[in-house]
Amino acid sequence: MRAIHRKLLRDLWNIKGQGLAISMVIAAGVAMFIMYLSTFESLRRTQEAYYQRYRFADVFASLKRAPQWLERRIEQIPGVAAADTRVVVSVTLDVEDLEEPVVGRLISIPERETATLNDVALQQGRYIEPGRPDEVLVSEGFALARGLGPGDSVAAILNGRRRDLDIVGIALSPEYVYNIRPGDILPDEGRFGLFWMGREALATAFDMEGGFNDVAMTLMPRASEDEVISRLDRLLEPYGGLGAYPRELQLSHWYLDSELVALQSVGMIIPIIFLSVAAFLLNVVLTRIISVQREQIAALKALGYSSLEVGLHYTQWSLVISAIGGVIGTLGGGWLGSGMIELYNDYFRFPFLEYRLSSGVAVGAVAISLVAAVLGAFSSVRRAVTLPPAEAMRPEPPASYKPSFVERVGLTRWLSQPARMVLRNLQRTPARALASIIGIAFAAAMLIVGLFFLDAMDELMYVQFFVAQRQDVTVTFVEPRSSNALFEIERLPGVVYAESMRSVPVRLRHGHRSRQVAIMGLAELPRLQRVVNTSLTPVELPPEGLVLTSKLAELLEVVPGDEVTLQVLEGARPTRRATVTDLVDEYMGMSAYMEAGALHRLMREGGNLSGAFVQVDPAHAEELYRRLKLIPAVAGVALKSAALDAFNKTMDESFGIMIFFNVMFAGIIAFGVVYNAARISLSERSRELASLRVLGLTRGEISFILLGELASVTLLAVPVGLAVGYGLAALTVTAYDTEVYRFPLVVSARTYGFSALTVLVAAVISGLVVRRRLDHLDLVEVLKTKE
Amino acid sequence: MSSPSTLATPSRTNSESSEPVFVARGVTKVYHMGEVDVHALRGIDLELAESEFTVLLGPSGSGKSTLLNILGGLDVPTAGEVFYRGGELTAADDRALTQYRRDHVGFVFQFYNLIPSLTARENVALVTEIAPDPLTPEEALELVDLAPRMDHFPSQLSGGEQQRVAIARAIAKRPDVLLCDEPTGALDISTGVVVLEAIERVNRELGTTTAVITHNAAISEMADRVISLADGRIASEKRITEKVGPRDLHW
Repeated sequence: MRAIHRKLLRDLWNIKGQGLAISMVIAAGVAMFIMYLSTFESLRRTQEAYYQRYRFADVFASLKRAPQWLERRIEQIPGVAAADTRVVVSVTLDVEDLEEPVVGRLISIPERETATLNDVALQQGRYIEPGRPDEVLVSEGFALARGLGPGDSVAAILNGRRRDLDIVGIALSPEYVYNIRPGDILPDEGRFGLFWMGREALATAFDMEGGFNDVAMTLMPRASEDEVISRLDRLLEPYGGLGAYPRELQLSHWYLDSELVALQSVGMIIPIIFLSVAAFLLNVVLTRIISVQREQIAALKALGYSSLEVGLHYTQWSLVISAIGGVIGTLGGGWLGSGMIELYNDYFRFPFLEYRLSSGVAVGAVAISLVAAVLGAFSSVRRAVTLPPAEAMRPEPPASYKPSFVERVGLTRWLSQPARMVLRNLQRTPARALASIIGIAFAAAMLIVGLFFLDAMDELMYVQFFVAQRQDVTVTFVEPRSSNALFEIERLPGVVYAESMRSVPVRLRHGHRSRQVAIMGLAELPRLQRVVNTSLTPVELPPEGLVLTSKLAELLEVVPGDEVTLQVLEGARPTRRATVTDLVDEYMGMSAYMEAGALHRLMREGGNLSGAFVQVDPAHAEELYRRLKLIPAVAGVALKSAALDAFNKTMDESFGIMIFFNVMFAGIIAFGVVYNAARISLSERSRELASLRVLGLTRGEISFILLGELASVTLLAVPVGLAVGYGLAALTVTAYDTEVYRFPLVVSARTYGFSALTVLVAAVISGLVVRRRLDHLDLVEVLKTKE
Repeated sequence: MSSPSTLATPSRTNSESSEPVFVARGVTKVYHMGEVDVHALRGIDLELAESEFTVLLGPSGSGKSTLLNILGGLDVPTAGEVFYRGGELTAADDRALTQYRRDHVGFVFQFYNLIPSLTARENVALVTEIAPDPLTPEEALELVDLAPRMDHFPSQLSGGEQQRVAIARAIAKRPDVLLCDEPTGALDISTGVVVLEAIERVNRELGTTTAVITHNAAISEMADRVISLADGRIASEKRITEKVGPRDLHW
């Protein structure tokens, strides 16, 4: 080994504490990069393989009922590779251990197993057998949540008749990777059961013999999706087509893709923040080292080492520290990633989900850690390179001190001599004090980034479940009913108050942009289901016109005052025009609202309703649910309490762990930064402090000088850090801006407090370490070395 | 006049010629210290001959360190010319000066400037690893009688020993010139003598052109020539006819 490399290794060993602290910060950034991006890649790869193997369709459409011969016409649409027709119906399930009715969806499959689009992946049991009309396959999520398996049966209300479905197998489908009931925020698999049933049996039960009500198709390469969709819509229109939609808008796919997009952007942003902090720390440490080694640098140059070699030598410090962090981070990230994918496996259902850390991601991680190393080293190493050798032979000119600001304004007599030294020293080296402040501030900021997710989630939950939705139950009907239906609901036992809900499926068009949504018709100022802004003010629905969520308006490229086309996807399927009168900022999904009267006028209908929001007397809730289970016109009953439970469960399971890691890594940063700041002060001041000891100052007094400085810097840094943290939280929020959800930018006092406290604890621990070193300061040795 | 690139070529072959090793003409150095200009050198003319042992004598601030740094390629003058074996140092760029130092110059500093994290042997290896035709570190340390303490770190060595490691490090490349800046400045008399003996031995046995800076006039008696500097100028110059060994110097 060359002598210069020995020097590198021994010098690094000498600063191992600081070096390792920086390595850990880099490791944290790299680990998060790997964790997020390898999970992203694994999910993406799994998604693609799953879709391909089980022939996930490109275009989907639902309709009321079409004769079977139409299938041939659909297949003949130019650009269509394959088309399958199905019968898909929603039913009410009667699950023994649940009071309230549960929504079931029955999907037809061929009696004899053949390859279809959106094919089922059998996980357990067997496929259904022809001639056994009650046999079904059940979705894995529902089976797990309800403890069902082959041999069990579930009661369902099929077309008004109660029937037992015999489970023979457990299955999955690419169509239901994310198993969410339409209208829900988060999946609640125990309350949404999917069943695959023989086509004949299902058609017979719902009077669909010789017909179908659902189409899925794949397209040829380079076929125009828009063209196929509009042709399909024209074909299906006479049969009550609800508007075909592409894969991008298929519910399960839409959620999965949103999650993947968020995963990828968070996987980029958070590591960048970590590595910026690491680069900053490297810079501070290297700058210090280079100033300490001025004379060694001069000697190396005098001995004939070129500026390039000297620059390379000091860059290698940074590279070694980063490489150690990179290796630890890569191993840790792989481990975390394989754990994280398990989380996804819980609420995205894949028949196979293999975690793989691709070489691309690993190389990317190493590359970004090296970039951080080089960026961190750059400015300080440049000083070493440009240091003229003769100049470096002379010791640095003595530092110029002057009375501190506090002293100049006449507060001297209030300050002890050591306190004055603290102040003067801070003021003398503002750049270094600033560097420490920035570093520690970043530590606090990172904690806020990690923790504010909890606040955001709380806020989201509060807005969604307590400010906007004040109903206990949402009842939806199979078909829109007349206004009498509301009175019937009101008369049910346990109903305290009911409010009508009109929901009209439409395709909104603006220019070439379109989105399929349900326009929600509500009272001007509803009491139960309210439209609430992110500023928590209820929005009054204007007497005319549409109110869209900002995200939907953004996608359609409309602003208030613009006119949009509405293609109604039910009833007589009229096409209407409406003006967007207002926008509302909401955190979840994309909605369109209209005042109920205006919606009725637009639809040229009476007071129809698609469902009702109900406030329930808890004492009679059980009875109400029992009655609702038996009403054939009721398609679904959604309980707020159940949604809330699902929300909390998801929170605990997935976000809980992610937040834990974010905070753990932020804690590493906090300690790394503060410890570094303390060690650098110690190394810079040890000679001066030893001199003071020789002059007779006690250990306590010299500790005060150094630790007082550290404490002042920490106290100055904390408020800055809280402000920076808010900024970084805002940055992170933008990463999570997907169609499915946005995160509120809310940082609670609890988060600020915990972040500040963590930094202070890190400072105290670092202070104690430094204090121990001060106590063991070897006076003779320190004074012997030449400054 | 040769181009700066010839600085890189070893010129040991013409060591028998009478051409001087260094020629300096009108060398001036001005430092800008904030708003004050400090004139460190005010027009120095100088020639150093092959294998000559020169002592540069003068009080602090007389400009002797600046002159030595310029001769060694560590610094460049504000005005004037310096030639090393006919190549113009003052016209050389940073790369050429580095190559010049690497191939031809050995430095010894007042404060040794050893790398504290490297042992004596490794400090010498620092140079032998980049020089074209070096001694081994062991040979170099043998020359300064430090072979038994080769594997000690600088902090485990006395001042005199550290300075001898520095000398070993300077001569290990078989330099054409050995430039020593107050080599005994930080040492007591008896240790200083051991260090001076080492320098003298190198000059004598390897024929290395040697320049030693000191403010201690007694040392000048061991030189071939003594140049006294004062206030950035050469104040006097004399040839010593009766050289005295380091042990016989009167401090």
